[in-house]
Amino acid sequence: MTINGVTTGDPAGTTVPEVPTVALFVTCLVDLFRPSVGFAAIKLLEDAGCRVVVPQSQTCCGQPAYNSGDREDTKAIARQVIETFEGFDYVVAPSGSCGSTLRKHYPELFADDAEWSKRATAFSAKVFELVSFLADVRGVAAVDAALPVTVTYHDSCSGLRELGVRDQPRRLLQSVTGLTLKELPEADVCCGFGGTFCVKYPDVSNAIVGKKTKHIASTGADLLLAGDLGCLMNMDGKLKREQIGVEVRHVAEVLAGMTDTPPIGGKL
Amino acid sequence: MQITSQTFKANTVKALADVELQRALKHVEKGFIGKRQKAADALPEFEALRDSAMAIKQHTLKHLDLYIDAYVEKVEASGGKVHFAEDADHARRIFLDIAKRRKAKTVTKGKTMISEEIGLNAFLEENGITPVETDLGEYIIQLRGEHPSHIIAPAVHINRDQVEADFRKFHVDLDPKRDLVKPETLLSEAREILRRKYGEADIGVTGANFLIAETGTSVIVTNEGNGDLTQLLGKCHVVLASLEKIVPTLEDTAQILRVLARSATGQEMSVYTTLSTGPRRAEDQDGPEEYHVILLDNGRSNMLGTEFEDMLRCIRCGACMNHCPVYHAVGGHSYGWVYPGPMGAVLTPSLIGVDKAGHLPNASTFCGRCESVCPMRIPLPKMMRHWREKEFESHLQPTTARAGLGLWAFFARRPTLYRAAVSFAMPALKLMAGSKRRFRSLPLAGGWTKWRDLPAPEGRTFMQAYAQSGHARSSGRGASK
Repeated sequence: MTINGVTTGDPAGTTVPEVPTVALFVTCLVDLFRPSVGFAAIKLLEDAGCRVVVPQSQTCCGQPAYNSGDREDTKAIARQVIETFEGFDYVVAPSGSCGSTLRKHYPELFADDAEWSKRATAFSAKVFELVSFLADVRGVAAVDAALPVTVTYHDSCSGLRELGVRDQPRRLLQSVTGLTLKELPEADVCCGFGGTFCVKYPDVSNAIVGKKTKHIASTGADLLLAGDLGCLMNMDGKLKREQIGVEVRHVAEVLAGMTDTPPIGGKL
Repeated sequence: MQITSQTFKANTVKALADVELQRALKHVEKGFIGKRQKAADALPEFEALRDSAMAIKQHTLKHLDLYIDAYVEKVEASGGKVHFAEDADHARRIFLDIAKRRKAKTVTKGKTMISEEIGLNAFLEENGITPVETDLGEYIIQLRGEHPSHIIAPAVHINRDQVEADFRKFHVDLDPKRDLVKPETLLSEAREILRRKYGEADIGVTGANFLIAETGTSVIVTNEGNGDLTQLLGKCHVVLASLEKIVPTLEDTAQILRVLARSATGQEMSVYTTLSTGPRRAEDQDGPEEYHVILLDNGRSNMLGTEFEDMLRCIRCGACMNHCPVYHAVGGHSYGWVYPGPMGAVLTPSLIGVDKAGHLPNASTFCGRCESVCPMRIPLPKMMRHWREKEFESHLQPTTARAGLGLWAFFARRPTLYRAAVSFAMPALKLMAGSKRRFRSLPLAGGWTKWRDLPAPEGRTFMQAYAQSGHARSSGRGASK
């Protein structure tokens, strides 16, 4: 089965049971800054008929090292992740960026290592970004949630361009009772986060996120959503600094109907 | 040309504060993107064409030596001459030999980035030869004493008002009260002045979009027709091209042309696509007396067979920079050498050294938009990452960044230690932030908080909260490995 250019289903040639076991790859930012997203992911996955496991020995996907040119540390971290997660039916991350590192980049990382290349490739076939997993693999067409506000949605780059996450979150958001989705102009343009980029080149990053917050404000939405915490923290930080009163949450919080926690960065 | 890639950061600060530049850059953001999309959407086979264009270049690069030999043979059979130039200095010397032999005083120039790469204009002036740029954008920046800031729209960083001011300043023979409000009047004025130059030129210089091995032909793609006049009316035509411009056949050229203009300006074809083969023959009505090709290597052959070989597929359409949020923010001059944007971030370190151009592959968010529009499907972010790896291996990155990364990796590789550290740190950060739930400033986070607040953590980490939640206890699903 191929969805948005991504081959899915029957990972690694094994048969997936009716109630698949999904290992949640929490991601370091969700673990450290926004545990609510992890709980929302668990609820959404369980509602979609999955059994959810949270392996305790996870830290990070290694992307900071990978994008800083530190290939050896990245490989060490990647081996650790593969060993921890390869035994499950699926591995799901509430992030397109980490999801893409695991799915697209791990096999590249071990291209010159026959044994690990095989393991990384088999592992990567099981990895999905949360919202696209729900929609594409589990066939979720609607969620059981209500939120009577106007939201706008930013497409995070890796999810959009590497994993084909675009329509799935919009479709599921449309099913939230009372929610109005207002399209964000230039939703597919980077927010300027870029991992360590935003602290290495703060002035350039600021110019990029400054354009983004103007577009966000122009929608008149009450709430900004996206599928990656890095981008969300970047956009929220700039909105707050500019005193723009749009609140910010991860899309999973809204889809799971778990919006009791104060928004990212609090209220203005 | 002076290299300022080392001061990329300072260049960007200057660019971000430049009101006129920021005004001009809006045109890049608004203009090119929609036009390319429309052209791509209008052609159902566009994606398939990208694949076949890529395949042509991949094949050519694998057999580049054979195709170069075939090309040279054909050029010489048509009466032209190919000169191999190892580097910029060698290319300049070859050019000067030709110019001296022809006793050249004036050289007209169609648009060529290789001329920028070898610093031809400054060199000609030093040797008493006058270079005249005939592409409108190039002409404007020559007047201003600048360099191109974009590979297909060299003066994209300048707005109309600035051009009017320059024309009034430099075209002193014309009526100072003339009306130059409409852009077309500026164009006519430049055309009027340039028309006189073509016939007077001793040498006409052009670049090449393609060098065809099958026929020994050089191809230029232009919109103004200036390239045609340059190469036809000059007494001697010199083509400046780098060796990856070779394609096997005319048919291949036609294939790649179908993605070139669409990717660049959103045109189906550029206004002029001009093929030149050799000098004027006895039966020809016009054409140059001599035809030379200076084929520049300048580090490219070292890229063959390496992780950077794919970069040699580049056909210089500019789509990557047209879609790059960093380019949109800071413009082309910030990159500090000839090639800006994502393609420059990969090519520049190959040509001038990663020690000088190290910032460029780092100054990317890896948003991937460049790769998504590259007609040749060059994996630009991947190759920028390769440069970062080279820098990391040679310890070229700042020591503080390296130490920070090392510390982080130490913990990331040790889950138990990591867990202990973050379980302490996150609740502490939450307490520090207080009821505002964010920081306006925080020690060691100045890069972040200079322009943004930093959202505070919720408190306990997910792992802590999960271990203590009813969920983990009731389901017994917590610690599986």
